[in-house]
Amino acid sequence: MAEQHWKENPKGFWAVSATPLLWTLLFFLVPMSFVWLYSFGSNVGLTEIEISGTLDNYKRATEWLYVSIFLKSLAVAALVTVICLVVGFPVAMALTFASEKWRPWLLLGIMLPFWTNLLIRTYALMMLLGTQGYANKTLGWLWDGASWLKVFFGMQPLPTWEPVQLLYNNFAVVLGLVYVHLPFMVLPLYSALDRLDKSLIEASLDLGAGHLRTLMKVVMPLAMPGVIAGVMITLIPALGAYLTPDLMGGTDSQMIANVIERQFKRANDWPFGAALSFVLIYAMFILIALQSLRKPRRGEAK
Amino acid sequence: MIALFNRTPRAPLEYTRTLWMRLWVGSVLVFLYAPLLVLMIFSFNDSKRNVVWRGFTTKYYEKALNNDTLVEALVNSLTIAGLATVFSLVLGAMTAVMLWRFKFRLKGIVDGTISLPIIVPEICLGVAMLIFFAWVDWPTDLIWPLNLSAITIAHITFCFPFVTMVVRARLASFNKEEEEAAKDLGASEWQAFRDVLLPHMRPALVAGSLLAFTLSLDDFVITFFTAGPDTITFPVKVYSMVRFSVTPEVNAASTLLIVLTVVLTAIALKIQGTRNLTVSHA
Amino acid sequence: MTAQKSPIIEIRNVSKRFGKVTAVDNVSLDILAGEFFVLLGPSGCGKTTLLRMIAGFEMPTEGQILIDGQDMAHVPPNRRPVNMVFQSYAVFPHMSVADNVAYGLKIAGVGRSEREERVREALELVKLGGFEDRMPDQMSGGQRQRVALARSLVMRPKVLLLDEPLSALDAKLRAQMQFELADLQDQVGITFVTVTHDQDEALSMACRIAVMNKGDVAQLATPSDLYEYPANRFVADFVGSVNLFEGKLTLDEPDKAAVDCPGVGKIYLNHGVTGPHGADVWVALRPEKIYLHVPGAGKAVQAAGQDAPEGHNFARGRITGMSYLGDITLFDITLDDGATIRVSRPNLSRHDQEDFEWNDRVSMHWRADSPVVLLS
Repeated sequence: MAEQHWKENPKGFWAVSATPLLWTLLFFLVPMSFVWLYSFGSNVGLTEIEISGTLDNYKRATEWLYVSIFLKSLAVAALVTVICLVVGFPVAMALTFASEKWRPWLLLGIMLPFWTNLLIRTYALMMLLGTQGYANKTLGWLWDGASWLKVFFGMQPLPTWEPVQLLYNNFAVVLGLVYVHLPFMVLPLYSALDRLDKSLIEASLDLGAGHLRTLMKVVMPLAMPGVIAGVMITLIPALGAYLTPDLMGGTDSQMIANVIERQFKRANDWPFGAALSFVLIYAMFILIALQSLRKPRRGEAK
Repeated sequence: MIALFNRTPRAPLEYTRTLWMRLWVGSVLVFLYAPLLVLMIFSFNDSKRNVVWRGFTTKYYEKALNNDTLVEALVNSLTIAGLATVFSLVLGAMTAVMLWRFKFRLKGIVDGTISLPIIVPEICLGVAMLIFFAWVDWPTDLIWPLNLSAITIAHITFCFPFVTMVVRARLASFNKEEEEAAKDLGASEWQAFRDVLLPHMRPALVAGSLLAFTLSLDDFVITFFTAGPDTITFPVKVYSMVRFSVTPEVNAASTLLIVLTVVLTAIALKIQGTRNLTVSHA
Repeated sequence: MTAQKSPIIEIRNVSKRFGKVTAVDNVSLDILAGEFFVLLGPSGCGKTTLLRMIAGFEMPTEGQILIDGQDMAHVPPNRRPVNMVFQSYAVFPHMSVADNVAYGLKIAGVGRSEREERVREALELVKLGGFEDRMPDQMSGGQRQRVALARSLVMRPKVLLLDEPLSALDAKLRAQMQFELADLQDQVGITFVTVTHDQDEALSMACRIAVMNKGDVAQLATPSDLYEYPANRFVADFVGSVNLFEGKLTLDEPDKAAVDCPGVGKIYLNHGVTGPHGADVWVALRPEKIYLHVPGAGKAVQAAGQDAPEGHNFARGRITGMSYLGDITLFDITLDDGATIRVSRPNLSRHDQEDFEWNDRVSMHWRADSPVVLLS
């Protein structure tokens, strides 16, 4: 029995589809179209908004101030994605080739943070990164150790350790986003690697390739769909991140989501905020379209 | 180290047994867990400025539990998460069955639209909900728990597509001959669904509800935009505490929530084993 | 097996099309009450579709299916007096063995005590007594299949449908189950309709076999008729192995016939074939019906024809392939006239296979009633 045409069983079809379709229409499509309509509106009075069909909001969005914030968000998100990929790939490999006994526990170890509250995780990281936090202490301890070593070898000691500012800057934002999104990257990578036929790797080794060459020429190309999925699943939320730059960033680390929030909560310029929201949504669509343009190579683990 | 780990010679594909791989995975796990562990340990620290260990105390737990707004926020969040989970589960399972079972016109578009809330940035969905509820003039001064209705609706909207995703992945492995066997033995459409398809979906429903519950409990941005002036949820409360005055109470409350997460995960694991839970996620 | 004459299933001019693909093409056949009926054919021949139409999971595009005299056109699967054993067995993984077997009875509203009694009986019947509380994932494939059998038999259907029942079992178990299924059918007296692509399975179990090809019934016959008197090249080739030679019918009289096959020579038969004179025909000759000798051995006569007994066909050639299979040895022999012929020879003594070597010259002969002349 393949898929059933809905007319063969209309009662069953409507029983399962009526509620979700109605819900999606009412509480998703309608609100989204409001945002879309508002983006062509303008403020008249304090609370009145007139949908006048104006393009002013979009024109304003192309001002350098906003374009630069947008580009910066994109750069931060891309950097975070690359770091997650580099850090996460070996972890996914380790998961794939772990023994039956250990794999579920490792997997759980990666997933548990994913289930833990985002705000709490961000806060925990902030605690660690503060000037009096343990990250600074560890660095200071290492610094002192290095200084002691230099003295030991009869050299000048290093100057006294000054705590470094690890929070409220761009570094903190990138680190925070990596911290939050790493599990998102590992899981799709793992599921692609897990589906890969292990005998392909053995065949490559058997035919004389080394481990590194096997990784580059056999594993990576076949795991490409997982890499793409991992990149998308990290890049998209990182681009729209609000909480991490808000809490961990400094004055110059605002990302696009923070600008949107400001239009609604402080500047009270809803039409402009709506326009920025849609610019962000269009960017997502472009990313997804670019991804689907890529022709899948033959034999990729789907 | 090497002698300790490598009791038998390593086979070529046992990458996990190489030393550098172990160090790498170990560092990543330390990176993921150290902040949380430090937070949990320092929730018992007898000090206002939570950086130096000054002795064990549980007074911040007392303080947190006596902080009425914090408790109210936690109760609100759990209520919203519970309601959102139940509704998301029903809506998500229905959608999954619809997309798996039936052929209809514009199926591709429906499929894409239903999974859009997963892709659309939280901030945009939050903005949409803000505008929508302002436009319909949704009452904000209702009695509990009706004052949570707007937030709950928003949460259901972004949670149920995730449930759909998980359930659909599970349905793909369903052996349709089982359903036919049930009908062959006299079961009606509904009986076959109840007796055969529903039990097959069960692990996905457990995983899906855990996912929906944590997504809802986790959400700050959408709630931040949807909540009326008098409604607070746990993330919103913690946010303002972190933002304006860091107190050890936050550590205590966070620790409680982490423990809750671990307990929930353990229950889900108990119900269906590690493998099912993690597999249906990945 | 007491085959009654009345048909329990009547299939009348049934066709099934999926879009442009015709899966079943105007098939008519009767399945008799109490018989073990097998639908045999290669994958994609329409046999499973036909079975699923009987069960009610597919609706015929054209034609009519009657079960016990009743038209099934508007009867859904859950109301049909037939039950099915699925290829994957479809044993419900979340129910115990007893719950699986009791499922249909529960739906039918059979009372608890009767239900338990019937479940116990059905499990005894398939030799699974005492397995009531097992879960399916604790059982082997063979045992799961028995559960599926019991689950269907407990419903006491008029017809039991089995879709490739043995395909997932290993060779030894398959051979054993062939006997058991035939026994079981004899015991319960229910009509069995089985689909298979395995000719051994079909020959060993069936009362009658319908060989299907491209949606059509190529031949409907008893196992021995199917093997010894195939109706066409497809059946001859699909059931067992066969040497097929194309030739012209040069002689056709009531008591003898001859076919001139290029590469082989004239093949004589001791009966007529009633085909048009000079027609293109095919001669089918089973490998085991050919006697093989080292030429002249035993009789020390040089003329090839004299190696053969009176009235036999004969030929000579050279061994160009040998394959020792234990019980028999297969020989590929290139005839002097050019064709290659496959001969199988039982190894009646331990040293039989030592009599022949590659490239040995050999002579063969076969009875005049062994070849079958096929017109299509």
